[in-house]
Amino acid sequence: MFRYILRRLLQMVLAFFGTTLIVYALTFAGQGDPIQALAGERPVTPAQRAYLTEKYHLDATGVGGFFYRYFDYVKNLLQGNLGESLTGRNIGDILQQAWPVTVRLALIALAVAIIFGVTAGVLAGIRRASIFDNSTLVLTLLVLGIPTIVLAPLAQYFLGVKWQLFPPTAGSDPTFYALLLPGIVLGSLSLATALRLTRASVAENLRADYVRTARSKGLVKRRIVIVHVLRNSLIPVVTFLGVELGNLMSGAIITEGVFNIPGVGFNLFRGIRTEDGPLVVGIVSVLVVVYLVSNLVVDVLYAVLDPRIRYE
Amino acid sequence: MTVQPTPASATPEGGHLLELRDLHVEFRTNEGVARVINGVSYHLDAGETLAVLGESGSGKSVTAQAIMGILDTPPAFVRSGQILYKGEDLLTRPEEQRRQVRGKEIAMIFQDALSALNPVFPVGWQIGETLRQRAGMSRADARRRAIELMDLVKIPGAAKRIGDYPHQFSGGMRQRVMIAMALALDPKVLIADEPTTALDVTVQAQIMDLLADLRRELNMAMILITHDLGVVAGVADRIAVMYAGRIVEHADVRSIYKAPAHPYTKGLLESIPRLDVRGQELSTIKGLPPNLMRIPSGCPFHPRCPYVQQVCVDEFPHDLVLGDGRTSACHFAQEVRDDSVAR
Repeated sequence: MFRYILRRLLQMVLAFFGTTLIVYALTFAGQGDPIQALAGERPVTPAQRAYLTEKYHLDATGVGGFFYRYFDYVKNLLQGNLGESLTGRNIGDILQQAWPVTVRLALIALAVAIIFGVTAGVLAGIRRASIFDNSTLVLTLLVLGIPTIVLAPLAQYFLGVKWQLFPPTAGSDPTFYALLLPGIVLGSLSLATALRLTRASVAENLRADYVRTARSKGLVKRRIVIVHVLRNSLIPVVTFLGVELGNLMSGAIITEGVFNIPGVGFNLFRGIRTEDGPLVVGIVSVLVVVYLVSNLVVDVLYAVLDPRIRYE
Repeated sequence: MTVQPTPASATPEGGHLLELRDLHVEFRTNEGVARVINGVSYHLDAGETLAVLGESGSGKSVTAQAIMGILDTPPAFVRSGQILYKGEDLLTRPEEQRRQVRGKEIAMIFQDALSALNPVFPVGWQIGETLRQRAGMSRADARRRAIELMDLVKIPGAAKRIGDYPHQFSGGMRQRVMIAMALALDPKVLIADEPTTALDVTVQAQIMDLLADLRRELNMAMILITHDLGVVAGVADRIAVMYAGRIVEHADVRSIYKAPAHPYTKGLLESIPRLDVRGQELSTIKGLPPNLMRIPSGCPFHPRCPYVQQVCVDEFPHDLVLGDGRTSACHFAQEVRDDSVAR
């Protein structure tokens, strides 16, 4: 297990360099005039141009120059320096403000998915082909079929504006209550998937041979379901939720945009829209690390839950 | 089926320890109703071993699951019949009473121990679970008893292996764990459903010997379900041969091996490879087992039977009692037996 984790950490180092390189290249390589691209549509004075050329080592050209700048960027990154955005703000500071909001939003979404999705999934799996099972199927298909870009404004309009059950937007430093509606919208997709997954897993495990054995031992039905079936059924569900938490932590561009939540996705979207290259690359680099770590945690958790998985 | 002379070891009422009477089970599926068990009757007395023999799909496992009350309903439904345990019909009992019987009176072991054991719990925990839940033992007592049971089924280093998971055992050792679990509550009847089918040949013999020894030591009765005639000979007292959800021949082991009285049994025996006859092609029973949604008219075996006559197509053969207390559901039982003796 220890060796497995060590190997995975080494793989993560490779994955980190690979992904940051790609993101860096996608953003900065192949630009005719990097300085003009950095500045966007605004005019650049000769003094600014000279300053930026020196700051970003733009006097080195070609592939060699690109890698020179990339390694320069990575060197700063490893020292915890994410650089500055085009607006002159420290990207580390931006993330420090944005992340707690996104984490709270992610936890609300995950809680919604677990409380409603997993519970309903277990019930639907036990009562297969019942009215409850069929109605959850229809509802989840509906939710999975509506993109967030439609669902979020609809929820905002009806629940926030028309019936005024929730605040329609969150604004800076949002309260738990203000994040509740966006959290539910964000969580509904995870909820639907968690429900389908749990239902399928429970239904499959109920038919497993070991359930027949448990019955032949004369155990009561409740114990068979809660101890034997659930323990096995929830392995894939926990794995899914772990990966999902990683996704949610990296911010939700649409939901945060619609509800005006100053989270990671919101800032990333702003960076993309204003062609703020350093901001985009800075945020994505950190997201890569979040992703890699959360995936490692899920893999280790998987081995803990399922003794058959032994990472040598 | 005829009732054999009652041995001395019967229950107080003078009946059998376990008796099935005219059991019918069907599977109701979307494609139609499959009649899986069509009037099975057999009995088991204390301390004896009955082998139930037949091809896949002949209904031997379904019969066993009906006895245990662990059929998946739906699709399986017991349509009619009786399952008498110590004279009481289990089928009329409420579920709670049937649950009490499972494991404590009648226990069962399954074919594939890897899938029959729960993969995420240690074996000791799984053996102990029965003791904790059914016998109210404490955690420590259950653990101690689990080690004893693992010793009883001859798992080397039982105390060390109690925390291991099923996938860490070999096939034979896993089946021993399964047996230890079934023996936890000292059952009177042990149903072994193809206990050696998933194992290597060398291990098969060890497990069969173990089962025979344990049956004797613990004075249990055993129903041994198998499709392997080779497994049966040394262990069983009587054999019931099943075909298409029915018992087609029922006799003691010696007479069945000497002179089968049903063409199906005869076919099964002839398909065993023999070391003393070299260079000869193995004989097989031609055709396939019938589709249980459309069981052939008359004798269900007639499309595959070498003795087939018009009467077999037209008339359903009832159990024919032969002189020596055996039965055969064949219109030509006498002829088949005499033919077998002659060869």
